[in-house]
Amino acid sequence: MAMDLKEIEALIKEGLPDAVIEIQDLAGDGNHYSATVTSSKFSGKSKIEQHKMVYNSLKGKMGNELHALAIKTKE
Amino acid sequence: MDQQTKDLINNEITNNEVCLFMKGTPDAPQCGFSMAVSNMLKILEVNYKGINVLENQSLREGIKEFSEWPTIPQIYVKGEFIGGCDIVKEMYENGELKKIFKAQNIDHKKD
Repeated sequence: MAMDLKEIEALIKEGLPDAVIEIQDLAGDGNHYSATVTSSKFSGKSKIEQHKMVYNSLKGKMGNELHALAIKTKE
Repeated sequence: MDQQTKDLINNEITNNEVCLFMKGTPDAPQCGFSMAVSNMLKILEVNYKGINVLENQSLREGIKEFSEWPTIPQIYVKGEFIGGCDIVKEMYENGELKKIFKAQNIDHKKD
């Protein structure tokens, strides 16, 4: 039940191609990450919608293989 | 999601002005993210109902479907989904959370 940092980055990039993504492995256990995602696609969207876009790009892995990913979105 | 779970969620968010679907209880949170949101509400002195999803497997899965949100905790204010831990934390820090409570006439700590 762990995911590689590169795998998370690749999935977000696939869903939001223009995104600038910074990911940190918070605990060094491959299971608790923090991501800052900057994309023009967030423009005009609520925070909930922005986070949903990131979750959607992770294709259901969030809450399953991926236990903890703190998300911060920026336009 | 079965009808019973859907009714349960609807009842909770209708009958409680501030609802926190969480892992554990406000007094004994079972996850750091649930604890974080719970603590922010306590600091703001907001009266909220904590609903422990660990006691009910169909609720634990159902609330994710209901809110179209894959993680727990989840906070509802007057029936409206506000967000999960990251969003609430951001709103707490920039003062927006307080603004919501003020706008919705919910008792909270004044400055």
